[in-house]
Amino acid sequence: MADRIINSMKTEFTAKSVNESFARTAVASFASQTDPSIAVIADIKTVVSEAVTNAIVHGYADIEDKQSCIIYIQCKLLESGKLIIKIKDKGCGIGDVKTAMQPLFTTDTDGERSGMGFTIMQSFTDGIKVKSRLGKGTTVTLEKRLNTN
Amino acid sequence: MDITSEKRGDTITAFIKGEIDHHNAKAARETLDSIIETEQPIHFGLDLSRVSFCDSSGLGLVMGRMRKCQTVGSTLIIKNPSVAAMRILEIAGMDKILKIERGD
Ligand SMILES: Nc1ncnc2c1ncn2[C@@H]1O[C@H](COP(=O)(O)OP(=O)(O)O)[C@@H](O)[C@H]1O
Ligand SMILES: [Mg+2]
Repeated sequence: MADRIINSMKTEFTAKSVNESFARTAVASFASQTDPSIAVIADIKTVVSEAVTNAIVHGYADIEDKQSCIIYIQCKLLESGKLIIKIKDKGCGIGDVKTAMQPLFTTDTDGERSGMGFTIMQSFTDGIKVKSRLGKGTTVTLEKRLNTN
Repeated sequence: MDITSEKRGDTITAFIKGEIDHHNAKAARETLDSIIETEQPIHFGLDLSRVSFCDSSGLGLVMGRMRKCQTVGSTLIIKNPSVAAMRILEIAGMDKILKIERGD
């Protein structure tokens, strides 16, 4: 039986770090309509923050004019109580997704990134899909069950 | 996010209050590094009891300060991590590497 979409939301914003908190709050607020636990909301905020931060610090790292760098978020709430969160950038893309997703892997050079973003996204959700093409961009799709009982 | 610090004996403790994400981590790094550099305490405490949100940027912040402390001969002690902070430290196995203290 198909899992019907019962509600959806779309937002897009400039790839500026000040919007990281806007993004996670917006998705958490959309998710809270089903009255999930505080722990589930905390997980959602964390994983959205990870994906959006990646778009800003990696995806759009080399683009001077940040005003032209847009991050797209799409959320779908399914009848079964599952939330699908799609976070997309049109940045540099990832050459080797499998390697990028390994714990502690980072291409960061100033030593302030942990390389644990994908690992956190994986362990705080019920599913993750990463679609990426060099020079085209990256889409991270996260699945989270809102009803944990 | 807000950082205050307190000196007690040979320990300087910095208290982080609020959300640690990539946006806030930059300012936090500068504040903490300037305390570590100027004071070079024997023990540098990082109180995370009032951290309401923390993602992997917080983890990077802690790992970076651990290295910073090593360069000046200070020992980093994580104090009273909140649920949000502890969850992130645990996922990286950092709770086994870091000195974590609870109480007082
Ligand atoms: N949106 C993205 N665009 C380009 N590269 C990305 C993107 N997201 C992740 N990456 C690559 O994957 C690596 C691992 O990401 P992550 O696990 O979040 O660790 P970190 O952000 O700490 O480096 C990054 O260092 C980067 O090379
Ligand atoms: Mg990351």
